[in-house]
This record gives sequence, structure tokens and C-alpha cells, in this order.
Amino acid sequence: MSDYNFAYLDEQTKRMIRRAILKGLAIPGYQVPFASREMPMPYGWGTGGVQVSAAILTPDDCMKVIDQGADDTTNAVSIRKFFEKTAEIETTEATNAASVIQTRHRIPEEPLREDQVLVYQVPIPEPLRFLEPRETETRKMHSLEEYGLMHVKLYEDIAKHGAIATSYAYPVKVEGRYVMDPSPIPKFDNPKLEMAAIQLFGAGREQRIYALPPYTKVVSLDFEDFPFEASKADHACDLCGADAAYLDELIIDDAGGRMFVCSDTDFCQTRRAAGHIGAQGAPFEEAAQ
Amino acid sequence: MTPLLQVRDIAKFYGHRMGCTGVGFDLYPGEVMGIVGESGSGKSTLLNCLAGHLVPDQGRVMFDTRTEGPRDTVTMSEPERRMLSRTDWAFVHQHARDGLRMGVSAGGNVGERLMAVGARHYGDIREQAVDWLGRVEISEDRIDDRPSAFSGGMQQRLQIARNLVTGPRLVFMDEPTGGLDVSVQARLLDLLRGLVREMGLSAIIVTHDLAVVRLLADRLMVMKDGHVVESGLTDQVLDDPQHAYTQLLVSSVLQV
Amino acid sequence: MIRIENLGKNFTLHNQGSAVIPVMEGANLTVSSGECVALTGVSGSGKSTLMRMIYGNYLAQTGHIWVGDTDVAKAEPREILALRRETLGYVSQFLRVVPRVPTLDVVAEPLLAIGTPVDQARDRARTLLAQLNIPERLWSLSPTTFSGGEQQRVNIARGFAHDYPALLLDEPTASLDATNREVVLSLIEAAKARGAAIVGIFHDEPARNRVADREVDVTGYTPGLAA
Repeated sequence: MSDYNFAYLDEQTKRMIRRAILKGLAIPGYQVPFASREMPMPYGWGTGGVQVSAAILTPDDCMKVIDQGADDTTNAVSIRKFFEKTAEIETTEATNAASVIQTRHRIPEEPLREDQVLVYQVPIPEPLRFLEPRETETRKMHSLEEYGLMHVKLYEDIAKHGAIATSYAYPVKVEGRYVMDPSPIPKFDNPKLEMAAIQLFGAGREQRIYALPPYTKVVSLDFEDFPFEASKADHACDLCGADAAYLDELIIDDAGGRMFVCSDTDFCQTRRAAGHIGAQGAPFEEAAQ
Repeated sequence: MTPLLQVRDIAKFYGHRMGCTGVGFDLYPGEVMGIVGESGSGKSTLLNCLAGHLVPDQGRVMFDTRTEGPRDTVTMSEPERRMLSRTDWAFVHQHARDGLRMGVSAGGNVGERLMAVGARHYGDIREQAVDWLGRVEISEDRIDDRPSAFSGGMQQRLQIARNLVTGPRLVFMDEPTGGLDVSVQARLLDLLRGLVREMGLSAIIVTHDLAVVRLLADRLMVMKDGHVVESGLTDQVLDDPQHAYTQLLVSSVLQV
Repeated sequence: MIRIENLGKNFTLHNQGSAVIPVMEGANLTVSSGECVALTGVSGSGKSTLMRMIYGNYLAQTGHIWVGDTDVAKAEPREILALRRETLGYVSQFLRVVPRVPTLDVVAEPLLAIGTPVDQARDRARTLLAQLNIPERLWSLSPTTFSGGEQQRVNIARGFAHDYPALLLDEPTASLDATNREVVLSLIEAAKARGAAIVGIFHDEPARNRVADREVDVTGYTPGLAA
């Protein structure tokens, strides 16, 4: 056993966070305040997600950490190493092998199962914040279900851009009651919010936890004559050929050359291992790892 | 006919200091009541108590709701009162900035109350916004501009449009022409007169300007030091004042 | 139609040492439908005061003022407002001008107040303005810049827009030339013919003789002047 408490947090803290999680699951989409702890990483680096994960991990869990869909960015690697050290649990890059997946700003392409938990890192939990800066007022608006202002924001988008311009952190209505910010996932991911896995959202700096139990109804806000569209770039992945996955656009040279690549690295890798090749892809080589 | 508003025994204290006391009156549909008095008379305190912005220490404000008949708005639950102030009531602030969202376009400001009660068709909302901007004499091509780009008079007219779009039956106004240029005031008062008649509104207007009440109000209450010293028909109170203070007030007005 | 019983009024001037000035005592008057009663008496004898009291513009200290079924001296504000809208018209000596409202709408307003459709109300206004010789090019302008006589004619047009069962006319022919005086007198005669009860103040003797059925000298009701 390490010198740390299991998964870094002490048991009392984990108890407090679990209570918040249970309350969040009982009231889908409602932001539960919690006493966010000092973590060994600064605010803005996923402390909320880390606290939620720490509170729910057990020694038998297998954890995956992704950042904008990739397992190999600095942040994903750091967090994964953090839990390897403090909880000594198994970690993986394969989505379907993980029991807990912590993510920053994306939902994996592979549909999740009932035995999995998805933990989101959330910067600003309050969907109304940019329209109404007062916390006292937004709390009242949520409790009284006064969400007209949310539609004002969408109205302003259409008036200015001809379409709803919000492309990430697209607000949703949960079980017909609370309006929720699904964290800065691309709106392409919004339909996936109705899933079989448990979804937990942690905001460390803002000290809020919220949750979506499995199979919760999640509807993206829109107007009758401007319905919601889960749009993405009109390309296929240049490595694996997937045309229904969310893509990152990469600049590859200084002459304007670019390629589109699946943002979900595990998804892309799995497809390439199965033999799919995209426009700029080479046959998958185990050795190239 | 049931009064639209029945006010009884309203009193508000700030510690030991008295804001207003012993105020009662009935307001019927289509009536405009003016409340005049000088600074410190308690008129703004009274208005805020009636509109639900302040909680009175005493008294009842019975409003004849659309679905449940007369209800005391003082003891109503907050969600109900907030719903009322978004639908059946309107409040026009003295400073348009207090009654508008400065960071939202004119169209968004007008449409907000519609969206707050469930309007979900962008085209319809925009059409209603255009219609209302026209009624308050704001050009249609300003619909996407922010109120910060409007003059004071335009901001005030936008505030009126924003409030009236849901067809409220009772409008509270706090010095609606305060701070505006004289010609702008005239235009605004004209607009309010027309809308009040067209929409059959009832209104309670607080002002220190007797010309405003002469023009807009059917009935008048004169306040001094927190008490109502005289009330009656506007023209009667101004032409045949009975109370010493009213006589003083009326005789102090400069004739132009 | 109009019945005044034992009407009394004082003015109390609080800011002048609380001086109490009685201006009317024991006034009695009846006006039937179709009748025109002219109030007479020297200047300052209370003719306008009495008229304003009938309209509810001045408060009565004692007595009753019955207009139809309403006692103006005791009625609620909203009852008087309803009375003024539907039953009791008042043509004052001066037109109180609301800035920016075109003449046509000034005249149409009493009809709009009782719910008449806009077009109908404006048509009636046009008829009256034409009768009173107000040139059409002035109809879309506000009366603020009109001459005294023109303003008075607009005032009269407004007073006659709606067929009030009771009418109060304070110097309706003042500042008018012979032609327009004739028009106003025929308007009064038409109102009488349709059954209106009219109380009028006419300094112009021929006018008074033409339309008034009776004269009532109010000097008798004014303390300090009587005897």
C-alpha cells in the first residue's frame, strides 16, 4: 500500500463527496455544492474530476483518462500516473476495458455500458453564468425553473450569426426540469449524453458536483424553427476512414497542409487495428507504437 | 366589478424611521393612479411595496389574478410573485438601465418575457419584437442593436416595450420621465397615454412632476412624510386642493 | 337629468392663514332632458364654480348633485370617470392642449374612450371640424399653434363628438365670429332636440336668448353677494 490514503483523499472527504454524488444522482442536472479540497494540481487542471474519481474508485477498478479524446496528452498522462501512484489501480487506454473513465471535454466514440462510469472535468458548471453574473440570481432561476434567459442567448446567436453559434458546452434540459451545462464537450457529443453508463460532473474551483443517472432524458435546447444539429466537420478521418466520429484538424506543414484525425485516439487505433485505412493512413503496425 | 388591486393598511418601516403608513385604495381595470410627493414622501417606498420589491411590515395587496381571483401578493409564495411580475405585472424603472439587459440586443430584450413563458419559435418571437418596437417608435433596423447604443429616450421606450409585450394588466412606473429631455418626455407621455388606452391598462405612476399626472393619471394620491394627505380625481385634486400641503404643491408649480 | 339640491362650497386657503371663503350656499337647480339653462350673475358670482362642481372638478362641502342616477358630490372617483366618459360632457373656456396629438385625434378622443372604432370616430371628428370651419390642412397638426378662436372651435368639436345626455358649456361662443357662432348655436339646438340637458354660461346675450329656455341667477347662492 502507498503512503497515501487510497486515491489520495482521506475517508471523511470521500464520504462528503459521495454524499454529494448521491444527491446529484437523485436530482439529475442539479448542481450540488461540495467542499472542494486542495489538490496537488492547480485549479483549472481537472481538480473536480480528480476528486470525483478519487471518491468512487475501488482497488478493482480499471481507469482510463482522456483529454480532448486523447490518452497521451500531458494532462491525461499526469492524472493517470497520479492514480497509479495513489490508488495502485490498473489503468488502460482501451475504452471498453475501463470501468472508470475520466475525461476532459469529450465523450468517447465507443458507446459506454451500464458497468462503466464517466467522470467529466467541468470549468464553469453554471450554464446561465455568462448572462447573469449573480450566483444568488442563478440559484433562484434554477429553483423556480426560470430559463427564459437561456433561450435569449440562443436567440442572440441566431440574430447575430443566422444560426445557433454555440458549438461546445451546449446547454441541455435534463428530465424536463434542470438546465445543465454538459461541460465543454462539442455539441456533436450531446446526443451521447443519453447513455447506459453513470455520468458524474465535477467542478473543483467552482465547488459543484452534478450527475446524470443511466438512461436519463437529456434534450439540447433549441427553437422550433431552428432545431438542434449535432454537426461536425464534413470529412472522414484521414487515418482510419471513420466518417461518423468527431475529428481534430491538424496543420501538418507551413504550406497550409492539413489532415483530419479522430479526436478519440483509442477509437481510431482500434479501427486501424481492425484494418480500416483512411486517405492518409498507413497499414497499422504494432511496432510503430 | 371587482377591483384589480385592493390595497389595505400598507406600512413600511426602516428601523424606527417610517417609510410609509396607513395606505389603502382600490384600483379598477383601466384606471391610472398617480402618486405624487416630494423627495422623502414615501412614494417610492409605497410603489416598491405594492410591486413586491419590498416586503411591507403591515397590510395587504389583493390582486385579482386571472385564474384564482383576488390573492394577497404580500403573502404569496415567491415563485408565484415572480411569475406574476413576468406576466400580468410590469415595472418601468426610472433609469432604463435598471429595467433592461444592456448586453442583449433590443430584440432579445423584448423577446425575453415571451421566452420566459415558453415561446419557442424564433420567427414568431422576432415578429412580435418588431411589432412592439414599432409601437414604441423604435425603427425596425435597430432590433439587433444593444441598448447601450440607444439614447436615453429610446432606452426608456425599449423598457416599455419589453414590459408590455406579455400584455400585463397592471403597470408600475417609477418616475418614467425622470432625467429625460423635455421634448423626449412629451413623446414618451404621449406613447404611454396611447398604450394605456389601447391596452386597457391599469397603472400606478410615482412622480414628482404634476404635469405628468395631469396628462396620464385619472386619480391622484398626494403623499407627505409617509402619509397620504389627499386623494381623488386628478383634475379635482389639482384644481381644488383641500389639504394645506397639496395647496402648497400646486401653487409652487411654475406656469410656462 | 340634472338636479342640484342645497349645494354648498367653501374654499379654505391654508397657506393664507387658513382663511375660509364661502362661495356657495343652498344652491338648487333642475335641468330636464332637452332643456337648456343659462347661468347668469356678475363676474365672480360662482357660475364657473357651479359648473365645475357639477363636473366633479370642484368638491362640494354640502348638498347633492344628481346627474342621472349618480350623485357627483358623493360618488367614487371611478363612478365620476364613467359619468364623464359616457354621460356628462364639458366644454371649458380654454382648450387644454396635449402636445403632439393631431387635431383630428383630439376631437376623436371622447369617442375612442367609449370604444368607438377608430375610423368611425375620426369620421365624426372630420364632420365636426368641417362644420366648424377648421381647414383640412390643420387636421393633422397639433392645436398648440392655433389661434384662440381656432382652439376654441376644436374644443367645441371635442365636446360635441359624443352625444352626451348632459352637457356643460362655459362660454361656448367666446372668441368666435358670426359664422362660427351660428354653427355652435345650431349644434346646441341639435343637442337639445335629441334630448340633452344643457347648462351653459353665455355672456353673449343674443346667443343666450337664442338657446336658453331658462335663466338662473347664481348671485342668490353666493354668500356675500346676495342681499
